[in-house]
Amino acid sequence: MDWQALELTLRLASVTTIILLAIAIPLASLLVLGRGRWLAALEALAALPLVLPPTVLGFFLLVLLGPRTAVGRGITAILGHPLAFSFDGLVVGSVIYSLPFAVQPLVAGFAAVEPGLVDAARLLGAGSSRIVVTLLVPLARRSLIAAAVLSFLHTVGEFGVVLMLGGDIPGATRTLSIVLYNQVENFDYAAANRTAAILLGLSMVALAVLYSKGEKRGSAARRA
Amino acid sequence: MLELTLTAERGSFKLNVDCRFASDWTVIFGSSGAGKSTLLRLLAGLDRTIPGGSTQARIVLDGAVLAHSAKGLWRKPGRRHTSLVAQQPSLFPHLSVEANVAYGLNGLDRVLRASRVEELLSLVDATELAGRLPRDLSGGQEQRVALARALAPLPRLLLLDEPFSALDGVASDALISRLQSWLLQNKVQTILATHDATSAFSTGAEVALLHEGRLAAQGAASQVLATERTRLLSHLQ
Repeated sequence: MDWQALELTLRLASVTTIILLAIAIPLASLLVLGRGRWLAALEALAALPLVLPPTVLGFFLLVLLGPRTAVGRGITAILGHPLAFSFDGLVVGSVIYSLPFAVQPLVAGFAAVEPGLVDAARLLGAGSSRIVVTLLVPLARRSLIAAAVLSFLHTVGEFGVVLMLGGDIPGATRTLSIVLYNQVENFDYAAANRTAAILLGLSMVALAVLYSKGEKRGSAARRA
Repeated sequence: MLELTLTAERGSFKLNVDCRFASDWTVIFGSSGAGKSTLLRLLAGLDRTIPGGSTQARIVLDGAVLAHSAKGLWRKPGRRHTSLVAQQPSLFPHLSVEANVAYGLNGLDRVLRASRVEELLSLVDATELAGRLPRDLSGGQEQRVALARALAPLPRLLLLDEPFSALDGVASDALISRLQSWLLQNKVQTILATHDATSAFSTGAEVALLHEGRLAAQGAASQVLATERTRLLSHLQ
C-alpha cells in the first residue's frame, strides 16, 4: 500500500474542498441573488469543467501555468517555483476541475430558500453577505454538506488533470489514481485491487453519510 | 407624507398612480389583481421595476426621495425606513421568535435590542412565544410575530399587505386597535392593502380605491366605498 500517495490524496482533497467552499459559497450566492445577463455567462463558465475533458483542462492549465505565459512567469516570480508539477499546481487544477461539484449543489440549495425570506431580510436592512451567512447557508445546510462531499470525492478520484498538470512525482503529485494506473500498467493486479478498494470504500462511506443525513431530514419531514 | 407617481406596464397589466397619502392610516382597497401587492413591493423597494415589464416611479417619503427613475435614483430596501408585512409571514424558520424580531436591530446594543424586542412582542401579544421556533406557531401567531419583526426597526412607513388574514375577527380588531395607537405614538405612517371592505370601514382610515391599476377614488371610507357598502348591506337582506 502506498501510504504516501494516500496521505497526499487526502491532503489534496481536503485543501481543495476548503478552498472550493470558500469560492463556491459567494459564487453560488451571486448566481442566486444577483441580477444581470452576465450571470448566465458566469454560470456557464462555472459549469464548464463538467463537460470539458479533464485532459484538455489539464493541458490548458499546464500551458497557462508554465514558463511561456506571463501568468506562469508571474506565479514563478511570486512563489519561487512554477506551479506545474507541484502540489500547489494540483490544488489549482483540482479547484477548477471540481468547481461545478461545489457550485451546483449550493446554487440548487440557495435557490430553494423561499424568496419571501430573502425579501424580509432585505427589508430589515441585511446586505447580501449577511443574507448568505444568516439565511442561505443555515437553510441550505444539506446542500453545503453535499457540495463538500462531492468536491472531496471528485478530487480523490481525479486522474486526467492530475497526470497532465502534476505528472507522477512521489510525495508531491502522485495521488492514489496515479498509483492505481501505474499498478495496472505493471500488471500488479493484487496491489491495484487494494488501491481500487480503498478508493471505492472511501466513496461509498462518504456518500452513505451524505444520503443518511438526507434520509433523516426526509423522515422528519414525513413525520411532520 | 408619501408622494407617489408611478407608471408600470407588463403586457395587458397597467399600473398608473399619481397621489399623495398624508393620513396616518391609509387603506388601499381593490379586488385581486388590481395591483395592490405590486404597488407595495415597488414602494418597499423589493422590485425596482415590475418583473418582465417597465416602470417609471417617483416616490418621496417625508421629503426624502426613495426612487426617481428619471434621475436614476433608487434606494435599496432596508434604506427606505419602510417595512412590509405580507399575507405570508416569511419568518426565518431556523431562528426563534425573539431572534426573528431582533433581526433588523443589528445596530442597537444588546440591552436596547432586548428591550425593543420585548416591547414589540408585548404589542402583538406574543411575549410567551419568544423562545419558540416558527414551526411551533399557528398561522395567526406567525402573522403577529411578522408584524413585530417589521416594526422593530421603527420604520417611518409601514406597508401591510393583508397581514391579518389568519387572525379571527375579534383578535384582529384588538390587535389593530393596539397597533394604531402604537403607530400614532411612534409616528409611523401606515398603508394597508386589502380587498376586504370591512377592514377599511372599521379602521376609519382614508381609503384609496385601486381599480384595474388606476386610483379610481381617494377619501373617507364612507364616500369612496359607498357602492361596496351597499353591496355588503344587500347580503343582510
